[in-house]
Amino acid sequence: MLALKTLHDRFGYEITESSFRDNRRYTVPCGKVYHVLEFLWGECGFDMLADLTAVDYLEYPGATDRFGVVYVLVNTTTGQRLIVKTHLNPPESELPSVYPLWRSADWMEREVFDMFGITFAGHPDLRRILSPDEFTAHPLRKDYPLKGRGERHNFPVITRAES
Amino acid sequence: MPLTLADTLPTDANEREYLWTLNFGPQHPATHTTLRIVLTLDGEKVIDALPHIGYLHSGFEKLGEHLDFNQYVTIVDRMNYISPVANEIAWHHAVEKLLGIELTPRCKYLRTIFAELMRLHDHLLNVGTAALDLGAFTAFLYGFQQRENIYDLVEYASGQRFHASYTRVGGVLFDVNNAWVDRVRKFVKSMPATIQEIDKLLTRNRIFIDRTKGIGVLTKEDAINYGATGPIARASGVVRDLRKDEPYLAYNELDFKVICAEGGDCYARFLVRMHEMAESLKIIEQALENIPEGPVNIDAVSDMVLPAKPAVYRSIEGLIQHFEVLMPNRGYEVPCEELYAATEAPNGELGFYLVADGKHRAYRARTRPPSYIHFALFPHMIRGYQLSDVVAVLGSINIIAAELDR
Repeated sequence: MLALKTLHDRFGYEITESSFRDNRRYTVPCGKVYHVLEFLWGECGFDMLADLTAVDYLEYPGATDRFGVVYVLVNTTTGQRLIVKTHLNPPESELPSVYPLWRSADWMEREVFDMFGITFAGHPDLRRILSPDEFTAHPLRKDYPLKGRGERHNFPVITRAES
Repeated sequence: MPLTLADTLPTDANEREYLWTLNFGPQHPATHTTLRIVLTLDGEKVIDALPHIGYLHSGFEKLGEHLDFNQYVTIVDRMNYISPVANEIAWHHAVEKLLGIELTPRCKYLRTIFAELMRLHDHLLNVGTAALDLGAFTAFLYGFQQRENIYDLVEYASGQRFHASYTRVGGVLFDVNNAWVDRVRKFVKSMPATIQEIDKLLTRNRIFIDRTKGIGVLTKEDAINYGATGPIARASGVVRDLRKDEPYLAYNELDFKVICAEGGDCYARFLVRMHEMAESLKIIEQALENIPEGPVNIDAVSDMVLPAKPAVYRSIEGLIQHFEVLMPNRGYEVPCEELYAATEAPNGELGFYLVADGKHRAYRARTRPPSYIHFALFPHMIRGYQLSDVVAVLGSINIIAAELDR
């Protein structure tokens, strides 16, 4: 069992721990998130990245940060789960990619980029994945309306003669 | 065996020139749904594969932020439409964990039976279509005959064949009666014969073995590193099953085995699915024998579950409770918290990252769809194999594009 003290000794006291139901969370400042994840990957046996996602806290009651990026880690030997969370505030919108540690981050980071516009430095192929390449918005941001902004009606149409 | 080939594309322009590009999909019978792969070929050998997805993207996660916990179940249904009730169970598992609801014993057993029926549902289709793509038509028909029976069971319980929308926060839509239990018993008795028939047709079939054994090999280390879960990870020797590791519903009271294999190839994935079906039958049998009597929904006056329809229409108390649950700012308390909760869906770990802001709908309802993670594995699995192996590998990882794109 990883103690918070180990992380404090290595990475400073900005890391906080919280828990809800059976979820254990570490909140890490975004500058240190790669080093913490690398430590968890290399020395604590968290060999699987089960999920990587982001949350836009724009309309969240009492939130101080705009984006939260969430890493759900699993230690497949012990079955232990750990959530690492970091916050980002515009204009800063870049995090280091964890692709070198877990290959499963490849598409998950692309999805977060597509849906939230958060970029990942060092990702080998950071393109849009679910929405088309011509799309300009980031649909899961809270300031994007549910019905869209009319992109659907203004998509470029290629006729058979032009193709 | 994989052919020895350079892992990356040749950088030399002259060398690149004789490579072929082949567009596989988006409309191709073997993609099963709408997805597209751009293959780079050296003769018959696949050098690289570049998947393009998003054809079925319909913003489910955005919709999840605008529908309440009970309404969103109809959308969740449409993710993995091969095993819809398994998605509902996963969604409401996350919601109930957030709200701190402990289900009644009867509901736990009932949902367990449904989860396992859905596992059979999914595996029957996958085993059948994986063989169908390789030219074996008959196993597919045997599978579909039994899937039809499962549809009937779902229809009997919920009134809907396909998108059942059966679960509710704190319970299910309707309780089942003894006639339904008898029907499931009858179905469980008829299943071993079907498994045996499929087994006889495929397991020792020379052509099937030639097409699947040693194809699309995934090592244990890669399976973990690429985030594979479910039958795909277990076929590579990863002993991990959320039903055992993080027991939910009634799984810790039931006796079953976690099926694993070592090969990591398409054949191993087929075998894992075949044996998992037998285990599912065991679970259903035990759950049917032990299904407790009593209420199926949690305490009805707790303002957390919708009352039964007859009570809404015929009594003032029922009507008031109905309004209490549905009106904003009334009814149950939702904590301002967030959590990750996962269940073992037929395809792998189906998780939800749920953020709540005190309202009756999710602030963010992130799905961790197993198909999405597994399809990211596809280029890694197919590199170095033949063009004809593309359908074998694609069939064995069971991609459901609606879940892939959401």
